[in-house]
Amino acid sequence: MEAEGRVPGSPPPPPLPPSPGGGGGAGADPPAGAPEAVRGPLLAATEVLALDDEEDDLEVFSKDTSLAEVNSFSPSIPISPSSMINQYKYEDEPELKDLFITVDDPESHITAIETFITYRVVTKTSRGEFDSSEYEVRRRYQDFLWLKSKLEEAHPTLIIPPLPEKFIMKGMVERFSDEFIETRRNALHKFLNRIADHPTLTFNEDFKIFLTAQAWELSSHKKQGPGLLNRMGQTVRAVASSVRGGLKNRPEPFTEMNNYMLTFSQKINVLDKIAHRIYKEEREYFNEMKEYGPIHTLWSASEDDIADSLKGVASCIEKCCKATEKRMAGLTENLLPILHEYVLYSEMLMGVLKRRDQIQGELDSKVDALASKKTEKDLFSEEIGKLEDKVECANNALKADWDRWKQNMQCDMRSAFTNVAENNLRYYKECLAIWESFLASQRVDLHVEEDSEDRP
Amino acid sequence: MEDCLAKKMEITVSEAEKRTGRNAVNMQETYTAYLIETRAVESQSEGQCAPVDSLWRRYSEFELLRNYLSVTYPHIVVPPLPEKRADFVWHKLSADNMDPDFVERRRIGLENFLLRVASHPVLCQDKIFYSFLTQEGGWKEVVNETGFQLKADSRLKALNATFRVKNPDKRFTELKHYSDELQSVISHLLRVRARVADRLYGVYKVHGNYGRVFSEWSAIEKEMGDGLQSAGHHMDVYAASIDDILEEEEHYADQLKEYLFYAEALRAVCRKHELMQYDLEMAAQDLTSKKQQCEELATGTVRTFSLKGMTSKLFGQETPEQREAKIKVLEEQIQEGEEQLKSKNLESRDFVKSAWADIERFKEQKNHDLKEALISYAVMQISMCKKGIQVWTNAKECFSKM
Repeated sequence: MEAEGRVPGSPPPPPLPPSPGGGGGAGADPPAGAPEAVRGPLLAATEVLALDDEEDDLEVFSKDTSLAEVNSFSPSIPISPSSMINQYKYEDEPELKDLFITVDDPESHITAIETFITYRVVTKTSRGEFDSSEYEVRRRYQDFLWLKSKLEEAHPTLIIPPLPEKFIMKGMVERFSDEFIETRRNALHKFLNRIADHPTLTFNEDFKIFLTAQAWELSSHKKQGPGLLNRMGQTVRAVASSVRGGLKNRPEPFTEMNNYMLTFSQKINVLDKIAHRIYKEEREYFNEMKEYGPIHTLWSASEDDIADSLKGVASCIEKCCKATEKRMAGLTENLLPILHEYVLYSEMLMGVLKRRDQIQGELDSKVDALASKKTEKDLFSEEIGKLEDKVECANNALKADWDRWKQNMQCDMRSAFTNVAENNLRYYKECLAIWESFLASQRVDLHVEEDSEDRP
Repeated sequence: MEDCLAKKMEITVSEAEKRTGRNAVNMQETYTAYLIETRAVESQSEGQCAPVDSLWRRYSEFELLRNYLSVTYPHIVVPPLPEKRADFVWHKLSADNMDPDFVERRRIGLENFLLRVASHPVLCQDKIFYSFLTQEGGWKEVVNETGFQLKADSRLKALNATFRVKNPDKRFTELKHYSDELQSVISHLLRVRARVADRLYGVYKVHGNYGRVFSEWSAIEKEMGDGLQSAGHHMDVYAASIDDILEEEEHYADQLKEYLFYAEALRAVCRKHELMQYDLEMAAQDLTSKKQQCEELATGTVRTFSLKGMTSKLFGQETPEQREAKIKVLEEQIQEGEEQLKSKNLESRDFVKSAWADIERFKEQKNHDLKEALISYAVMQISMCKKGIQVWTNAKECFSKM
């Protein structure tokens, strides 16, 4: 836990003030601090958490390195459901954020076998479990895929943030075009930050390794783990149990969620299409306007009296063109990525709901089996007990994460569409000013002409 | 300056009606008839409203009137008619002549044509024009009786003159170039404007989809529902607003089209000048050659090679009496020719003078009208921006409440 391998050149950290009211409350009260190298006396932080003896979850969130290799949350560890609820009351408070990640600097790598792009991932943190306060690593898309699948494995009923797709099928963007790379970079940046903001996922061990390990370290770590066979086994079990219908015993809230997601998924897909279509129309409009303006300049060359007016109109159209460009940029930078993210989210959420059903299905099938085998009751009831716990954990995890997701969704949509409105307002206000100033200049001319005519 | 007809009489083309009838080859046809209403302008003191006279005319009659005016007043830049067929259309506009929007814009164009003629200092006094406005039946016969079709210059003759004229007035040559440029640039502008209108239409209309989807989405949301629903309504308003905006812009396009067609009228005046000038040059050339012939016969010298000269050298000269007779004929022709040349010269100079006066009048009108049109375009853009600001301000408020 001592500061080893710190990034050279970083200043020594100021001492960390102890968090107030550390006696009670939810498990995760992260230490307040600035983004740059704030490590401080971690003992104080540990004390804060250690005071909560009744909270079993502290095992998970303690700074005890003996648990460092274990995933922060796995369904196989028996944990009381009530403690889980407390965990998920964690609010996203930006002032208390202690993990800052950026994804930038895409670089092309060419080998004999393939060409691929790596992105620079910079992490700045004040957390104790990180050996250093700043990390810089290079990751490729495959690595992100790996991280996502590990998170899904570890938390089957949590809402994992979506990753940008492997390639865009629409055919309008080439695989390695600048536009494609930038869109992907932005999405990857969002992906990591959403994980960092998630109360549970942020402490996931694979996540930490992803952020901090050197390339060779990551490769060797990837090779460990349950492996393909295990994953296949899980899938087989999952399919088997889903056949037994986790649906018939599905609690009401999850049916509601399912119904909601069916409609939401539909609507968000249509919105995505609409937004893309608007962008396309705006671009075509921009192209035509670019041709429209210069014609007026051309015309002014054969005129005397009205040459100035014509040139004025040409200039106005040109300026409005620039304003249109800004409006288009606003769409690609903001609305389009967010809508797309939620399209992916909706797919992922349907998957999460299915997985919950599968877990329930496992329990249900065992219960059914028990009903027919009255002799081995004791053995079964222990197994069933475990499965019941598993189901309850999964349900609670999902419920809490669902609420959080919905809040975030509302927030994201509100800000995205408000941004669209602001963009359009700015566009129209700019154009208004442009044409009004032209009009003013013309009216002045008219008055001048009238005056000169009146004079004898 | 005599008062134009426009000041004495109110003229409107107030209605358009679809009619069916039988044409010249007894086939059934559908056409549109336009109602022309006229009313004498009473002086203020009388305070009474004069009765309205009205009659129906179809587009072909307007064409006949304009042809008559062009032939009868070749030195005048005759106002053009609105287009016969819908041109420069974009996808929402119909190219169909029977389309009500097209008919409506044509009605306005025809009214504009009549007002332009009625306010022209020369044209407004024309009797045929007056009877076009007032005489219901038999007008066509009256026009044809003027025999104006015979006065019309053949296209071929005009083309020939354009190529062969040696010394046209430089101002007309410049004017011809100007009218070519004007026609080319306005056509280009109208074409691109139509495409811009098409795209703008697309941008606005796609936003209408937001309205529908927001409404459907709001049904599954508890907190976001209201904001979504009301924002959707504003998106519908936004999408609908483009229809009025673009309709207004069509009127602007029509104003430009008028001057596109005016370019043709300008060229017609230039052509007439070239024709007259060519005629003059031919007459002068003819006179010169006759004078030369006369001189050669009188002095017996052959200055220029001529077949006659050769044959007379080969086959002997004519008798003095024959020569005398020829000289006499030539002298008569020369005198006639000189008088003709004098009058042609006068005609030509009068034409140039009066044509140029009208061209100056036209230039002033054009500069005034086009400047007004550009200003009105700016006003339209401003109105469109203000509407946009209003809608998006409302939408923003709804979104922020989501």
